[in-house]
Amino acid sequence: MNLNIKKNIEFTHFYKKLNLLSLILIVFSVLFLLFKGLNLGVDFKGGTLIEIRTNNSAISISEIRQSFMKMNLGDVTVKKFGKENDFLVKIETIKSDDPNFIKSINDKLSADTGSEINFRRVENVGPKVSNELLKDGLLAIILSLAAMLFYIWIRFEWQFSLGAIIAIIHDVILTIGIFSILSYEINLSIVAAILTIVGYSMNDTVVIFDRIRENLKKYPKNPISTISNTSTNETLSRTLITSVTTLLALISIYIFGGEILKGFSFAMIVGVLVGTYSSIFVATPILNYTNVSSKSILKEDDNNTV
Amino acid sequence: MLYFSKLKLATIYFIILLLSFFSVLNFSDFDNTFLGKKKVNLGLDLQGGTYLLLEVDSAPMIEQKLQNKLLLLRKELKNKKIKYENLKLINNTIKFKISQNQIEDFKEFFLNKENSFNLYFSQYRSFEMNHELINGLIVIEYSKYGIIEIKNSTLEDSLEIVRRRIDEVGTNEPTVIKRGNDRILIELPGLSDPNRIKKLLGKTANLSFRIVTDQVDDFGSEVLFFEDGVTKLNVNKRVVMSGDNLDNAIPSFNNQNNETIVSFSLDRVGAKRFARITTNNIGKRLAIILDNKIVSAPQIREPILGGNGQISGNFTFQSATDLAVLLRSGALPAPLNIIEERTVGPDLGEDSIKAGIISLIIGFLLIIFYMIFKYKLFGIIADISLIINLILLLGVLTIFEATLTLPGIAGIILTVGMAVDANVLIFERIKEEMKTEKSNIHAFDIGYKKAQSAIIDANITTLISAIILFFLGSGPVKGFAVTLGVGILTTLFSAYFLARHLTSIFVMKRKDKEINI
Repeated sequence: MNLNIKKNIEFTHFYKKLNLLSLILIVFSVLFLLFKGLNLGVDFKGGTLIEIRTNNSAISISEIRQSFMKMNLGDVTVKKFGKENDFLVKIETIKSDDPNFIKSINDKLSADTGSEINFRRVENVGPKVSNELLKDGLLAIILSLAAMLFYIWIRFEWQFSLGAIIAIIHDVILTIGIFSILSYEINLSIVAAILTIVGYSMNDTVVIFDRIRENLKKYPKNPISTISNTSTNETLSRTLITSVTTLLALISIYIFGGEILKGFSFAMIVGVLVGTYSSIFVATPILNYTNVSSKSILKEDDNNTV
Repeated sequence: MLYFSKLKLATIYFIILLLSFFSVLNFSDFDNTFLGKKKVNLGLDLQGGTYLLLEVDSAPMIEQKLQNKLLLLRKELKNKKIKYENLKLINNTIKFKISQNQIEDFKEFFLNKENSFNLYFSQYRSFEMNHELINGLIVIEYSKYGIIEIKNSTLEDSLEIVRRRIDEVGTNEPTVIKRGNDRILIELPGLSDPNRIKKLLGKTANLSFRIVTDQVDDFGSEVLFFEDGVTKLNVNKRVVMSGDNLDNAIPSFNNQNNETIVSFSLDRVGAKRFARITTNNIGKRLAIILDNKIVSAPQIREPILGGNGQISGNFTFQSATDLAVLLRSGALPAPLNIIEERTVGPDLGEDSIKAGIISLIIGFLLIIFYMIFKYKLFGIIADISLIINLILLLGVLTIFEATLTLPGIAGIILTVGMAVDANVLIFERIKEEMKTEKSNIHAFDIGYKKAQSAIIDANITTLISAIILFFLGSGPVKGFAVTLGVGILTTLFSAYFLARHLTSIFVMKRKDKEINI
């Protein structure tokens, strides 16, 4: 992979078209979120999740499904989970008042399939806790957006804040949108991934903004469109190299890190790709649209010295 | 930027050595009285175990306390010569009627900061109870702080009992702590079948002894069922003795009929009372009731004077042991509900550790080769600082004895991916500077200086995410926040001090020759 690309790409040419594309994708994502919604896991919806390992590969998924049907537990989904003998079961109802609930499921399942069933993982979340976790998760995302906004507002101009925050919201909506489209499960670790994406996207944007500010001071006469283009070009190889190393780490987690980290690393991979794209094609154009100039920077410096 | 004073260098390498020492502790059995046995703990998702979140249901407690208040109020009103009518307990409120001209008298009594009926909490500037006047009816209920006080004390008492029960079962290093004012968090490492613990915690274990009677009358007796839910008996409502008088309980064996039983002994007060009851009620049946279910109801054949007794009731050895544990640890003041449960089996934990380590190694190698491919010799410098960075990260986690979870390992891998960023920023900047600067030293110096603000901005943003996640995340996710956050700090250290120093050594040697980044 050669990333020493000739560094005089006219990014400005692509702004309009790509912004339109982003807008369409966002509308698409929002529509999916509104009409299809998210596949919330037991963390946020409450219920019981059981990771099963059978010691007999002859046991089919339909046998397990049938066994659960007989138990009359309401909505139960069974799916394959990684290896041949592993299954993941989600039960929507919770019987926290019955301490034997999990054990009785295991007994019946073992009896029906005629082999010993190993429950590798059991998660049982009551409705009260799941509501709180959902609230805390949303709060964490909103707080981190607010904190980023505040930080960048202190360090930069309002136009920069606007650009950065729109880019982050763009990334978060697209990432969640993809989870909605693919019906991937949203659980606690996905919220962690989204927060990390917020940090990463910001990180990427800030490096370009930093350079734009520097160049605005250096070449006060140049219009912002030239300056942002030069700055994007100058920081391009860093942007790409860091994305590549981060993606290498994430792909390694995705492939080798086991089933539990799959969703998390998938969200992060999407987030890093979208985040890299948005810092170049969403955050930076907003500086052009809002007409940032060397004057606004100098004014800020004056304010700071007073 | 390329010059380091001797003192600075000494400090940098001392910190590296110190943290390396701590990180090595994880792989050795070194035990020192001064340092203790510091190690990174494995989270429940990696070592297997059970996490339980219990909620104390304080509603029955509040109702019972209000009942006591009602009795007390009746007495107090009589003492104060306040005439009342229709004193009743309805929907967790005490309601009664008094005549218009005595309302002031009531207020004087009720809102007196010294009164013993309605306590004044000076720390909250609030009374225990509020009153309201509705159509000449006085309505009293617990105030917000009154409820908080009840919840707190119920939680404290429950916590103690829960600890005792868990200690009795003897799991390995359990954690039992308060969460908020009505929750208890329990972590039981290594426990993969929480069924028994859940059963033990699901019982309030209110033990009472009551006499079985033939007289059916709604005020004095009630019908209670046995454990099987079928057999029932009519028992007296009066509790002749409760579990409070129990001194000890152990599972044992009745040699006469080969039955497993629970033997108990009573304290002195209990023994005296038990002697009296058994003497006065010979021939009658004594029901032993646990949480409103009859365990057994043996006939009293002779007075029991020694304060020792036994409970039989189709026990297996396990169930007899559990009943003994419940009786020994005492009754919970309020029922506990399990509102969250997460169990990870030991084999899944092992698999997760393996998967985590494999993905760490592969991710790490990919990045190392990529950096060498991109930056040649400087890639090696970045890689050295990356390796040291990992060691430092582990060292810091060891010092704080942090808990490593599966998302935590993901955080470390992610740190590896993002840690090179600082060096990339610097190297790219130096490259740019070398185009215009003739002197190598100058180019490197300026490169470091100019990259500084971008590096700081970029890392603070990620740090903000990590901090928010730490405070709002729970369990394994918190572990992710810890490794990510600490990773950022060690990254800054290794890029800014270690990599810079290594770079400076190299540049000084090749001052006048060409350098290729």
